[in-house]
Amino acid sequence: MKTFQYEVKDELGIHARPAGMLVKVAKGFASKVMIEKGEKKADASRLMAVMSLAVKRGETVTVTVEGEDEDTAFEGIKAFFEENL
Amino acid sequence: MITVKGKAAFGGIVIGKVKEFSKEKNVVRRTKITDVQAEYTRFEQAREIAIEQLGKLYDKAVKEVGEANAAIFEVHQMMLEDDDYLDSVKNMIETQMVNAEFAVATTGDNFASIFSEMDDDYMKERAADVKDISERVIRVLSGVDESKSLTESEEEAFIIVADDLAPSETIQLDRSKVLAFVTRQGSTNSHTAILARTMNIPALVCTKLDYDVDGRLAVVDGNSGKIILDPDDETIASYEKLLKEEKERKELLLRLKGKKTVTKSGKEIKLYANIGGVKDVGSVLQNDAAGIGLFRSEFLYLQSDTYPTEDEQFAAYKTVAEMMAGKKVIIRTLDIGADKQIDYFDLGKEENPALGYRAVRICLDRPDVFKTQLRALYRASAYGNIAIMIPMIISLWEVQKAKELAEIVKTELKKEGLPYGEVEFGIMIETPAAVMMADELAKEVDFFSIGTNDLTQYTLAIDRQNAKLDMFYDSHHPAVLRMIQMVIDSAHRNGIWAGICGELGADTTLTETFIKMGIDELSVSPAMVLPVRDKVLGTE
Repeated sequence: MKTFQYEVKDELGIHARPAGMLVKVAKGFASKVMIEKGEKKADASRLMAVMSLAVKRGETVTVTVEGEDEDTAFEGIKAFFEENL
Repeated sequence: MITVKGKAAFGGIVIGKVKEFSKEKNVVRRTKITDVQAEYTRFEQAREIAIEQLGKLYDKAVKEVGEANAAIFEVHQMMLEDDDYLDSVKNMIETQMVNAEFAVATTGDNFASIFSEMDDDYMKERAADVKDISERVIRVLSGVDESKSLTESEEEAFIIVADDLAPSETIQLDRSKVLAFVTRQGSTNSHTAILARTMNIPALVCTKLDYDVDGRLAVVDGNSGKIILDPDDETIASYEKLLKEEKERKELLLRLKGKKTVTKSGKEIKLYANIGGVKDVGSVLQNDAAGIGLFRSEFLYLQSDTYPTEDEQFAAYKTVAEMMAGKKVIIRTLDIGADKQIDYFDLGKEENPALGYRAVRICLDRPDVFKTQLRALYRASAYGNIAIMIPMIISLWEVQKAKELAEIVKTELKKEGLPYGEVEFGIMIETPAAVMMADELAKEVDFFSIGTNDLTQYTLAIDRQNAKLDMFYDSHHPAVLRMIQMVIDSAHRNGIWAGICGELGADTTLTETFIKMGIDELSVSPAMVLPVRDKVLGTE
């Protein structure tokens, strides 16, 4: 299991469009990708769940990646956050 | 004639007939089913058709409103692929043995309520998205023909009135048949509002229009956020006049936008705009001004219940400087007193306010207030091309004192490690005393900007508000014009530039005179930028 923390910089937070893109990316890996904000937790491959976290700018999320391809998945997801959020 | 207020999502004026966009409500009945597998297959097929429809809408939207605005339809497609959404529908069909329509409607409502209960305006809007996709699937399930759009059979263009419009409904409308959108619900944040802006169509939201409006004549005024039903002839005539002016302005814009303001003989005039706050910067850019020649900083003080802090002021100045992206932004320091009173300044009553405790006199008497503003101005100067302009100067020492305070502020900032940029330091010439002292004053500053309103009042000793004095008042009085000439000459003798930021600057009957006098800059209200440019281009 690998994990990283990320502070969202996008003005609208994880809004609809990047959430959709994130789901696409997450679905591309065999590993399970989870996003946590405070008490709330969402599977990154589920759009409505990710959106209902309502992550705003300046908030920090914890991303956990677990599964057979977790090394590549970790890099891929991390790169996605850095580029888009 | 009935006037109804709404919130403007996009400006502009139209006159036309109203068409009520009433949705055929999909009344979803709950029925018991026996074959779970067959029902789920029905749902799957409907879902695929819905996704295909959304794909087509996406393509249409990309062409009409660009990729970024079309993305919502891609998100809609993905919502229809969301595992939680699908699981919920499937589960309901299986465990409750209900029809697909009912399962989709209930799932849609459930997810919509998750979003609408969120403490976040943006996320609240997403409830409409979930409902929109669910309704689309239900329409497919119940065989409603999607391809026919509301406006298809219509000949003329309409003002569309609806309770609310989903993005998909908005984009499906034939743009050439839509004059304006007016919705009873919705917000300026909604995708539909954004689409209206991109499509350049006047739009009102939150309009309490509790009338049967279909087929009635109306005026939509997106500039002041209202719709007028059954306008009388007078109202129509006044709006037609506005439309004509707007049309002329647009033509002028097409012809003159992006052009330099130069005379036939090749002298370039700095043509700037006057603003009263951050909200006016949009119109400065739209009207293609080369900069801001007068930013009245009073608004920061007037809209507040107490002294605005350094950070509040800094944020406003920085925003304007950044929005103007390197173009000149001349900010006039606090100019209150006389006709502009602010309670917390506690200025007291005066016999003669126009000749009283006002503008720079307050600033020099209360250096703490002045220094806060100067610090905010210098800090903002690190983010753009800011100039500082002091109003109501009569004496040399006032300028020297203001500059001294500016130096103290710069030293402080340097010590604190806060950045600041190059700042031009100028004064307004609006008193006869400043005109007479112009040669001395010019040696202390980088520019003069003539405030013709006050200069005229003080020179002619006439209060413009007093109607009894109309026969004596002459806005082109030779005494004022001679003073302007003196100021320009003094400026040029001392190697600085001179401009006009008062109302006379926008008087196109004087543009030629000012150019002959040697004026370097004219700062006018945003709407007057292009008419003045037109005049300058036609002058020798």
